[in-house]
Amino acid sequence: MNPDLGAAPGIVALVLVSVATLAIGTYGLRFSRTTSDFMVASRTVRPRMNASAISGEYLSAASFLGVAGLLLTFGADMLWYPVGWTAGYLVLLTLVAAPLRRSGAYTLPDFAEARLDSQAVRRACSLLVVGIGWLYLLPQFQGAGITLASAVGGPTWLGSLVVGSVVLINVISGGMRSITLVQAFQYWLKLTALLVPAAVLLVVWAGDGRPGPATGPAAAGGSLSWSSPLAESGPTGLYLTYSLIVATFLGTMGLPHVVVRFYTNPDGRAARRTTLVVLVLIGIFYMVPPVYGALGRVYAAELAASGRSDVLVLELPRLMLPGLGGDVLTGLVVGGAFAAFLSTSSGLAIAVAGVLSQDVTGRPYAGRRLGGVAAFRVGAVLAVVVPALVSLSPSQVGVATTVGLAFAVSASTFCPLLLLGIWWRGLTAAGALAGLAAGGLGSGLAALLTLFPGWADGWLEVLLRRPAAWSVPLSFLVMVAVSRLTRDRAPLHVRRFMVRLHTPEALDLDRG
Amino acid sequence: MNEPPARVRVTGPPRRRTPLARTREVDAETPLGAVYLGSLLREQLWLAVRTLVALALGLGVVPVLFLLVPGLTDVRVLGLPLAWLLLGVLAYPFLVLLGWRYLRRAEGNEDAFVELMEAGRGPGGAPERRPRR
Repeated sequence: MNPDLGAAPGIVALVLVSVATLAIGTYGLRFSRTTSDFMVASRTVRPRMNASAISGEYLSAASFLGVAGLLLTFGADMLWYPVGWTAGYLVLLTLVAAPLRRSGAYTLPDFAEARLDSQAVRRACSLLVVGIGWLYLLPQFQGAGITLASAVGGPTWLGSLVVGSVVLINVISGGMRSITLVQAFQYWLKLTALLVPAAVLLVVWAGDGRPGPATGPAAAGGSLSWSSPLAESGPTGLYLTYSLIVATFLGTMGLPHVVVRFYTNPDGRAARRTTLVVLVLIGIFYMVPPVYGALGRVYAAELAASGRSDVLVLELPRLMLPGLGGDVLTGLVVGGAFAAFLSTSSGLAIAVAGVLSQDVTGRPYAGRRLGGVAAFRVGAVLAVVVPALVSLSPSQVGVATTVGLAFAVSASTFCPLLLLGIWWRGLTAAGALAGLAAGGLGSGLAALLTLFPGWADGWLEVLLRRPAAWSVPLSFLVMVAVSRLTRDRAPLHVRRFMVRLHTPEALDLDRG
Repeated sequence: MNEPPARVRVTGPPRRRTPLARTREVDAETPLGAVYLGSLLREQLWLAVRTLVALALGLGVVPVLFLLVPGLTDVRVLGLPLAWLLLGVLAYPFLVLLGWRYLRRAEGNEDAFVELMEAGRGPGGAPERRPRR
């Protein structure tokens, strides 16, 4: 690509998105006063607005760039990523949404402490929130680097720097109140930025006489595997596919930036309705990336062959439509991709900063203690700077793969904790701790070994690459078994807590 | 920045003076109160399980189906490979439909629970009839 003229639409889009984000964030700042404003927008966000914000926050670089690239390279089995990321909200809706809101806690560690009355479980959860948050922030910064290198031609560290700075400014200045507005705006921006080019490119494709996929050495994989929903043939393929399904279906509920959003709903019913609207919004969005994957197979097969499939969405418009039209569409997708990094990383930064400010930066050190808002701001700096630095190290692991690992860890730890904590009176602190350790260590080690490949081969490699299918049941089993063994140490207030979690707020009941 | 004025924290709906007879049972954690609460929990959990079983049957069987019937990869519907049509398009309306049905029924269960609690409001707060079991 010509870096001189070719960069213009990308730079324009990048500047526009960054300025709009900062402007809306500043507008929101006028309303942010208290710590509650910063963390949960004082719990006054209505379902439609909140659903747009959740969707805007959820649709990350992996959704905007990664899925289309994976579809181009591997075919239909990669459709499980977007399907699983959507179905995760159905699981969340049915088992978690209303009780979680009614628990009245700010964050996952708060929930664990309220349910189990244990500081140890609280600290374990804080550790996990920060770990999952960082694991999820990492691919956002990497994706930003890829985007900038592809669209503007800059060095890859520039992307991490720009995204990190905009996110920090926004989070530090306005917290959750201003971010809610920014996120809601960014959902609609991302949908437009993906949908409009897809529609135009489909018209171009129809005008070309609807060509089929190119054949020959450039075409990746056989056409048979491309239209199969299984990762590989045989039992390994079945295992990999179901493990991905388990991780995505059950991992959504434990993602820190998703969970923290539920506390911004006014009540349990609103939390449920919000979740249903989220299902609709992200469902609409996820119907679009397959269009890029399929068109890419016709027009951009060489991207898959050269291992650069992550830039498919960014480069497809120019490959199919030369001239001004291609430039405008490129500007749109670059803007959308940038919105994806900004919104997801902002949400994650808030969630991680919230936990850090409660459990690390807000603690008294040497007799001095930071105020609530100041502790939150220091927490935000830590939350952003650490993964941004790590993202500078070279890595060959794809954006969607890292996100998949974050889901696996979340499904192996917070999913059992939430489901058993909400629906089973018998859960004890010791049981929760043991289960979190088993699931967290199992999936976490597998994630680490996958990020630094070359350790294992055969079935062991398969089991480590997608750990969820064994680590999630393991965590459930350990939690239940240890809870049964420590039955006499169940918290005393558990029945009262169940009243709080499950009864509608309209009733005048003693909720503890 | 000026210090904001001290806030009055309002954390819930204002309390009624005299609680209902049946909510008193729940508050006091009597066996009857446990039955009331247990019935709501069971209904909601059963509803969630039914929804998730439908999800597993609708989407979860797709990989097994394609493994057992390899010919399905060659099937094309409306010009699209079957797997792309199922997972790329049809999965999403299916998920929304399941979610919508769940939401209506879950709110229905809660409304029924509120009615059950308030049904006991007779003169002097005494229950008018035994709860249906």
